[in-house]
Amino acid sequence: MKNYQPASACIIGAYEHPTRYAPDTTVASLHADVALGAIEDAGIGLGDIDGYFCSGDAPGMGPTSIAEYLGLQLTYFDSTDVGGASYLSLVSHAKQAIMAGKCNVALITLAGRPLSEGVTTGVTPRIRSISQPEIQWEHPYGVANVNGYAMCAMRHMHDYGTTSEQLAWIKVAASHHAQHNDLAKLRDVVTVEDVISSPLVADPLHRLDCCVITDGGGAIIVAREDIARTLSRPIVRIRGAGEAIKHLSGGYFDLTTSGAAISGKLAFEEAGLTAQDIQYASIYDSFTITVLIQLEDLGFCPKGEGGRFVEDGNLIAGFGKLPCNTGGGGLCNNHPANRGGMTKIIEAVRQLRGEANAAVQVPDCSLALAQGIGGSLATRHGSSTLILERI
Amino acid sequence: MSDTLVRKIPTPQIDAQSRPFWDAAKEGVLLLKSCVSCGKTHWYPRKHCPFCASSNTQWTQASGRGTVYTYSIMRRAKPAYVVAYVRLEEGPTVLTNLVDVDFERIKVGQAVHVLFLESEDGVHVPVFKPVITQEAANHAE
Repeated sequence: MKNYQPASACIIGAYEHPTRYAPDTTVASLHADVALGAIEDAGIGLGDIDGYFCSGDAPGMGPTSIAEYLGLQLTYFDSTDVGGASYLSLVSHAKQAIMAGKCNVALITLAGRPLSEGVTTGVTPRIRSISQPEIQWEHPYGVANVNGYAMCAMRHMHDYGTTSEQLAWIKVAASHHAQHNDLAKLRDVVTVEDVISSPLVADPLHRLDCCVITDGGGAIIVAREDIARTLSRPIVRIRGAGEAIKHLSGGYFDLTTSGAAISGKLAFEEAGLTAQDIQYASIYDSFTITVLIQLEDLGFCPKGEGGRFVEDGNLIAGFGKLPCNTGGGGLCNNHPANRGGMTKIIEAVRQLRGEANAAVQVPDCSLALAQGIGGSLATRHGSSTLILERI
Repeated sequence: MSDTLVRKIPTPQIDAQSRPFWDAAKEGVLLLKSCVSCGKTHWYPRKHCPFCASSNTQWTQASGRGTVYTYSIMRRAKPAYVVAYVRLEEGPTVLTNLVDVDFERIKVGQAVHVLFLESEDGVHVPVFKPVITQEAANHAE
């Protein structure tokens, strides 16, 4: 196959681990579970994998330990880490490697056990590395995930009049979807009143504005389009991809905008599409405010109108204009390894294949978007956007 | 009285390049880094200017005055505390804590000024508190 130029790259396998609590497993065995699940879903063999992509949740040095654990023979590997957005970036990187002829069938895995290990990443300030240049200027102040995102919400409310009730609609939509997902951690439908009467964790975010903590994982397999065409599964092509890093820009920044403003623009340009063409959207939902800001930045509504866009059930499948996170998302279903990007891709693939839960399946879904933010909206983060189409 | 910050402040990891900042903080002075090449002031302080990449940066004294850009009260923590971004008069917006403040009366845009609290290991760390306006002072009387 030397000098072969593939037409494109497609997602041929997708698998979400059914567990939400896995005290008697290991992170490595969960990676293996999801890898084998995606391989079975694709209808290929482990020996077909020649590219492997993972991120900071994988145990060991980059891809080395999991490659050894699974016995992979690789011509290409990548361990980009931009937190929960990594897996969307890795799908794009896998496509680029395939288009460059560096590999043919790429496996991407995510797995973790934060629930079993008692990780409280949302409320506990943490240091990733003592040599982080910003750490001495931030760690003394107790900025964690939840109060960082809360500061974004507070400023959005100040600038645009966004309300807690509007943010609550994002959780309400997730809960309407999760009631149909037997595996979701939280399956009860909640109301706006339930959300705003739940305890404040960090003003203005309430407990029900925050995602769940679960164990679990997921995997995606990307392959050359001609290989995808030999398989029996519906074909999901990677039509557009964009990546961006947003940071504090030397102290001159706007917390009401995310890196999605750039990554989304790049992805839509590559796809030759706009937000108005998208039939289903997976939007990273670490907190309700995360969804609202990304929807604006991706162009689903103008900046500042996210509150009005999400209210009155507009994100609920079968009811609103933009079905969003139809598996229940991080707010209700799962958030394995505290990284929600993988599950966003998987639900978009399900929608495009027509394999979502019947009650939330978008009719004849042929164009979907998956979007992730990894790191913190309030300091520095990676943003990654994928536009996927069924062909 | 207000909800004074009694949370223990973790000690910053000081390095050779940042030591002048923390030495000044001990004397009650807030320093910023400005670029000699392009003239811009940045935060957090670093050797290389984030606007033009010049390493010709110098410490300059800040007024210590600013306004609240945004904030959040960390209710989940015991004791609760306030994280905030404060936009300094000199331009940059800095991450900090608000102290000596009534949680229910914090407002985006309100005027604040710097003070220094000791960390767990005795390093003086800049935080901010509301400027007491004449109107508020009169009300208190």
